[in-house]
Amino acid sequence: MPDMLFPVAVFFAAIFTDNILLTNYLGMCSFLSVSKELETSAGLGIAVTFVLAVTTALNWVVYHLVLVPFELEYLRFIVFIIIIAAFVQLIEMVIERYSEGLYFALGIFLPLITVNCAILGASLFMIIRDYSFITSFFFGLGSGIGWFIAIMAMAGIRQRLKNAKIPPGLDGAGIALVIAGFMAMAFMGFSGMIQIS
Amino acid sequence: MIETLLISVLIITLIASVLALLMVIAEATVGNYGVVKITINDSKEFEVIGGQPLLKTLNSEGIFIPSACGGRGSCGLCKVQVLEGGGNYLPTELPWINDEERKNQVRISCQLKVKNPLKIKIPEELFLVKEYTTTVESIRDLTHDIKEVVLALVDPPHIEPKAGQFVQFQVPEYELTDEPVYRAYSMATVPSNNTHIELQIRLVPNGICTTYVHKYLKVGDTVIVNGPYGEFFLRDSDKDVIFIAGGSGMAPIKSILLDMAEKKSRRKATYFFGARTGKDLFLIEEMRELEKEMENFTFIPALSEPTPEDNWTGETGLITEVVRRLAGDATNSEAYLCGSPGMIDACIHVLHDLGMPEESVYFDKFS
Repeated sequence: MPDMLFPVAVFFAAIFTDNILLTNYLGMCSFLSVSKELETSAGLGIAVTFVLAVTTALNWVVYHLVLVPFELEYLRFIVFIIIIAAFVQLIEMVIERYSEGLYFALGIFLPLITVNCAILGASLFMIIRDYSFITSFFFGLGSGIGWFIAIMAMAGIRQRLKNAKIPPGLDGAGIALVIAGFMAMAFMGFSGMIQIS
Repeated sequence: MIETLLISVLIITLIASVLALLMVIAEATVGNYGVVKITINDSKEFEVIGGQPLLKTLNSEGIFIPSACGGRGSCGLCKVQVLEGGGNYLPTELPWINDEERKNQVRISCQLKVKNPLKIKIPEELFLVKEYTTTVESIRDLTHDIKEVVLALVDPPHIEPKAGQFVQFQVPEYELTDEPVYRAYSMATVPSNNTHIELQIRLVPNGICTTYVHKYLKVGDTVIVNGPYGEFFLRDSDKDVIFIAGGSGMAPIKSILLDMAEKKSRRKATYFFGARTGKDLFLIEEMRELEKEMENFTFIPALSEPTPEDNWTGETGLITEVVRRLAGDATNSEAYLCGSPGMIDACIHVLHDLGMPEESVYFDKFS
């Protein structure tokens, strides 16, 4: 594959074949708790996509320009976490001040995102897989869009489930996990499309 | 070895400091809304630091807005009319606002942040609300799950409530809450006793305040309350009065009755008190005393599920059935209800059937 096209391949792979939620099962907690309504799911999905894309790029810079030169790669977990937390906090403050519309749509989800493991997961994958800066950015963006698609699909299904008869023991998170499993299997159908890693 | 250790500590400190610095800068620029002017009722003006919720800001200026949940946006009580500068409604406010309130620009003050100069309108009586430091003078069991707590005022030393009003009890941080929260309780004290506040607190499983009071509160502890609040007080008229209460709904009614007795009121009053079994009844003796003292007062306790051990000879049945049986024509009476939302709604229905107009029913719902 030509190098030029590699970021594009990673981007599509992150959405379909290597979906961070459905193949790695990361970001499950907010996926299960906020996927009851389409509208709120969309808000959370967009917020996750934005934060994933930006923090992956940000973490790439800090990792390669600060941690690697000092041979402190093992510190990446803690460094990534504080960078994500600080970034989310800053963005929330900026949005609250300057864009009322955006704050209503995304702002209330931002504090939820700090602890979304998909975001830390994407930063760690980009290190393990040794992606370049551009590739990392597209990987983060693709992972976010993949997460967005997954939560939207889940919300759509769960809205229909409201009228379904579910055995009491399975109601809530139980049935949602079963559905997530089916969705993951359905996404396996994409696996021949792109091969990376 | 030492060197790697030092470098790693240094680098992580550096990264953390840079981020902290960024946060501080953001706090001082983006998060800084400067000094904002709040005008209340066109008469009072305050200069406050912006950026905090309106409820908290007013609180720090010594103005207490009634709120049962302590600013989490889950009770919808802290409504304030914001005439100018409030901006659009937040999604977290909408569940509590009806069309009429929206027209009047009523906002949930714990959700609205102070960013621009505001013009607000609050009821004048809220200016009388103060924060009181008190100590617990006595605690006793009224029933197996209701405790009577008597607080002695320390600072300020006097409170001037109307009989039937409530105060907010501040629960400090403890195992069930990591920030102070407020819960509303009616005062059972007669207003002429202006140095004490008596509360009746029923244990609710996992209730933040009730668990605190039942498990941790001891005589001598300091308790912060603010108040008095509420529209639940006896209206001035000659109409007959019907009181209906269940459980700890006894508190405000007791206060009103003591006040009537003290003022030698001659209004005809009937008090229906509902409980499940004999062990849920309390203060029966005190009420019988009042019956002797006030010539026109009748006390009717009723049990819905009396057990054989109770040897119950009084009224039996749900309180609504008893009221329907005994209250008679209610066209020219006023009613004061205090208890669970279910009980109150059912009673309003019964009173309506007995001919009472809706505007003569006053109630205090537990929430």
